[in-house]
Amino acid sequence: MSAGEFTFYLLSAVILIFSVMAVSSRKLLRAAIYLLFVLVSVAVFYLILDYLFLAAVQVVVYMGGILVLIIFSILLTSHLAERLPVVPTWTVIVTSITTIIGAGVVLSILYEQKLIASLGKAGTYDVETIGKSLLSYEKLGYVLPFEVISILLLAALVAAIVIAKKPKGSKSIEQ
Amino acid sequence: MIEDISLTQILTVSTLMFFIGVYGFLTRKNMISMLISVEIMLNAVNINFVAVNKYLHPQALEGHFFTLFIIAIAAAEAAVAIAIFINLYRSINSIDVDDVTEMKY
Repeated sequence: MSAGEFTFYLLSAVILIFSVMAVSSRKLLRAAIYLLFVLVSVAVFYLILDYLFLAAVQVVVYMGGILVLIIFSILLTSHLAERLPVVPTWTVIVTSITTIIGAGVVLSILYEQKLIASLGKAGTYDVETIGKSLLSYEKLGYVLPFEVISILLLAALVAAIVIAKKPKGSKSIEQ
Repeated sequence: MIEDISLTQILTVSTLMFFIGVYGFLTRKNMISMLISVEIMLNAVNINFVAVNKYLHPQALEGHFFTLFIIAIAAAEAAVAIAIFINLYRSINSIDVDDVTEMKY
């Protein structure tokens, strides 16, 4: 077994096992930590595919932003000792059948395709190329999506403040 | 490109990861658990984009940029979702989807 195969199988095992644990754990905080392991493995996956900038963005935005927000809201909204309710057996059976059928359909279509890797030389993925192409307005430039997403982020920021603000004249629930 | 690994193997892993996310989304009633499942699904899609970019069109950067924008949108989505959770917890003291019977107060 070559080094590439070994890395890939190890990484896939970590991703799949921790994904299952994240969706099946009955303690919310543990589920969030399992999600952390999944995100780290995906970042490593980007690294071994040579997308260094993407791996950095994954670490900064997912682990530094989204995961911290999730843990913050878990601590705000639930008691640590509390466990999620057990999922009814019937729900588990029906959902498992649905997802297995879905995965089966997708995988059967996938295995019919002949996906042959391109032998072309890999391009450069350094930050200079990425930055120039993000701000270029020629062919394959991304300046319009870049500007749209900056407005979207601003709107999401304002919306989060407005939604989470205490409504005027309302009394908070006494514990 | 990872040596000795074909595109099909990578896409198999991301498919399984996506459907694990779907399973979690359908079984859990707690909104934070559902958000965690959505993040797993988004990561599966990101792996797809990056792997197809790397294997089929190594000169291009389109899959890379799609992944970047998906990560940015996921951040915006998580921020708004958590603001909604906190507001819900303040008004009905629960964040289970079953307990939310009205959207306005």
